[in-house]
Amino acid sequence: MKYFSIYIPDPKTNPARPPTGAQKEEMDRFVGAAIARGEFLSGGGFLPLRQHGAIVRRTDGVAQVIDGPYAESKELVGGFAMLQYDSREAAIEGARRFMDVAGDGECITYCIAEGGDPEHGC
Amino acid sequence: MRFAVLVRATQQSEAGVMPSEKLLADMGRFNEELVKAGIMLAGEGLQPSSKGARVRFKNASRSVIDGPFAETKELIAGFWIWQVKSLEEAIEWVKRCPNPFDGIESEIEIRQIFEAEDFGAEFTPELREQEERLRAQIDQRKPN
Amino acid sequence: MTATDNLTRTRRTIDAVWRMESAKVVAVLARMLSGDIGLAEELAQDALVTALEQWPDKGIPDNPGAWLMATAKHRAIDRLRHGKLAEEKHAEIARELDEQQEARVDDMLAALDDDIGDDLLRLMFTACHPVLSPEARVALTLRLLGGLTTDEIARAFLVPEPTIAQRIVRAKRTLAEANVVFELPRGEDRAARLVSVLDVIYLVFNEGYSATSGEDWMRPALCDEALRLGRILAELAPFDAEVHGLVALMEIQASRLHARTDKGGAPILLLEQNRAHWDWLLVERGLKALARAEKLGGDRGTYQLQAAIAACHARARRAEDTDWVRIAALYAELAQTAPSPIVDLNGAVAIAMAFGAQAGLDLIDRLVEEPALRNYHFLPAVRGDLLEKLGRFDEARAEFERASALTRNAREQRLMRERAEKCGPLATRVH
Repeated sequence: MKYFSIYIPDPKTNPARPPTGAQKEEMDRFVGAAIARGEFLSGGGFLPLRQHGAIVRRTDGVAQVIDGPYAESKELVGGFAMLQYDSREAAIEGARRFMDVAGDGECITYCIAEGGDPEHGC
Repeated sequence: MRFAVLVRATQQSEAGVMPSEKLLADMGRFNEELVKAGIMLAGEGLQPSSKGARVRFKNASRSVIDGPFAETKELIAGFWIWQVKSLEEAIEWVKRCPNPFDGIESEIEIRQIFEAEDFGAEFTPELREQEERLRAQIDQRKPN
Repeated sequence: MTATDNLTRTRRTIDAVWRMESAKVVAVLARMLSGDIGLAEELAQDALVTALEQWPDKGIPDNPGAWLMATAKHRAIDRLRHGKLAEEKHAEIARELDEQQEARVDDMLAALDDDIGDDLLRLMFTACHPVLSPEARVALTLRLLGGLTTDEIARAFLVPEPTIAQRIVRAKRTLAEANVVFELPRGEDRAARLVSVLDVIYLVFNEGYSATSGEDWMRPALCDEALRLGRILAELAPFDAEVHGLVALMEIQASRLHARTDKGGAPILLLEQNRAHWDWLLVERGLKALARAEKLGGDRGTYQLQAAIAACHARARRAEDTDWVRIAALYAELAQTAPSPIVDLNGAVAIAMAFGAQAGLDLIDRLVEEPALRNYHFLPAVRGDLLEKLGRFDEARAEFERASALTRNAREQRLMRERAEKCGPLATRVH
C-alpha cells in the first residue's frame, strides 16, 4: 500500500539546522536501505516556510496568499516521503526507524487513496 | 525548483465525506492542465488520517497516537509535487486550483523541497544568489 | 509586507505568468497573423510591457493569463484592422473585422481558444523547422516555447547575449523569407519534422546534463526546461511513440543527475553510482512514459530504444541485478535502427556482461579497425578489461596504455595507467 508521510521535527529538542557530514551519511544509508527494500519512492526536506513557501487561502472563490505570521510549528523544516508498505504496522515501524535517524519529532503517515476511492487500500 | 503542495484537511475530509461529481470533474480538469503544462511530478488524494498513523518521538518516549485527531489544521487531505521555476509560479497555479472542498474555506500550503545540491556547504547563499539572478532578469524585461 | 516586497512579488508573479502563458499567446497570435512569428512575439511582448506598467499599481488581475491573452489578441486585431500587413488575405480579414460588432469579435476570439493545443504544436514545429540551423532552432524554441530571455539562453549556452539576439532575429527572418507556413505537417513529412523537434529538445537536455557544478545555474536548469518541453509535447502529440520514448529517456537520465559526480566533480560510472542518490520518482515517471510508448506499438525508434536500455539499468535497484541479456538485445535492435560503431561498442560491452568476456571480445575485435573509433579511448579501455578478465595480461596492459595515451582527461589517464600496472609483470601483479 502506498503512503505519504510528513515529518515535523520537535522545535525544542531537534531544532532545524543543516545536517553534519556524519548525519548526511547516516540518512543516506537509511534511505538507501529503504530504497533497496522497495519502501521508499521519493522524499525530501522542506525549506523554511517563511522565505521559501506560502499558504494560499481560498474564501468565497477568491484565493489569496496569507502573509503570515505563520504559527511557530509551521516554521520548521522537516520533510516528506512517498512510501510503500505491506501494512499499517510496517508503516509505523518505518516511521520509528526513520526518527531514530532524523531525531525527535512527529511523523504523520497517510494512506494514499488509490484510484480516488477512500475505501481502497487501508 | 520542486515544491510540495499540500491541501489542508477539513472536518469534512477527515470525516471521509466524498467530493461531489462537479468537484471531481473540476479537479480532474485542473490536474490535466498541470500535466499539459509539464510541471506535474506527482499528486494524490489522501485518506482520512484515522486510516493512517501518527508517531511521535519526544526525548525518550516513543508513542503511537491513534486518531481521530482533534487538531485538523495540521493535517492534510491531498498533495502534489510540482517542478516550476519559482515560488510565484507555484502560487499562480494554486490560485487556479478549484476549491478542493465544496462550499467551505480551504487552505493550501506550498513548501519548497531541498534539492541535493543544497546539501553542499550551505544552501542559503546559493538560494540567495538564485534570487538575485531572478531579480536581474526581471529588470531586463523593462521596456527600453 | 513592505512596498518593495510587494513590487518584487508583483514582478516575480508577472515573470511566472509569462512563463506559464507566453508560448500559448505567441502560438495563437501566430495563427491569427498568418504565421508571422516575429509579429506575434512582438505583440505578445507588448502585452507583457503593459502588464509591467499597469499591474504594480492596479494590482494583479484575478485571471492574469486570460488578461495577457486577451490584451495580446486585441493588439493583433488592431494590427489587422489597420492593414499593417500588406498581403491580400490580411486585408480581407481586416475588412471583415471592420464590419463586425465588438461582440462578434469576442465570439471569434473565444473560438480561437479551442485550437490552442494545435497552435502550440504548430509553433513547436515551426521553431524547429529544418530550414533553420540547429543553433537557431534551439534559440528560437527556448525563446518562444520556453519563454526564456535572451540573457538566460546566452548564459545557458555560454555565448554572448548579442549572439543569441542576432541568432533569433535571423531565424525569424529566415522563416519569413522561406515562406514557412504555420501548419501541422502531415503524413511522412510529420515523422521527419517530429524528429527535428525531438532532437532540439534532447540537445537542450544534453547541454544541461553536461554542465558541471559551479557553473551558471541556468545550465543544469536546461534539463528541467527540456523535460518540461518534452512533457508538454507528450500531451500535444500523445500518439507518437517516439515522443514518449524521448521523455522516458530524459526522465531516467535526469534521475541520475545527483549521483553521477563525486564531491570533486569527477564523473562516476553508472555501475558504480550510489543508487540511493537516484531520483526514484523520476525513474517511475520514466518507466511510465516508456510503457506509454510501448503501448502504441509499431517499430521502436531510436529514442524509445535508448529509453528501454536506460530503463533496464533503472529497474535494477543494485548494479548486480541489471538485466544485461535484455540490454544486449536492445543494442542489437538499436544497431538495426541507428547503426554506428559506438552502438556496436556499447552492445559488445553488454554482450560481455551477459554472456562472458570471450563473447564480448569476439565482437570488440571486429571493431578494432573501425576508423570512427580510432581515437576513442573507450575502445582499448573495454578491450583491455575483457583481456584482463580472460587472463591475457600482457595484451591487456598494452590496451590500457593505449587508452591512457588517447584520453586527455587526467582522471581517466590515471585510471588507465593504474589498470595497466595491475597487469604488469608477475612480481607486481595484484589480483
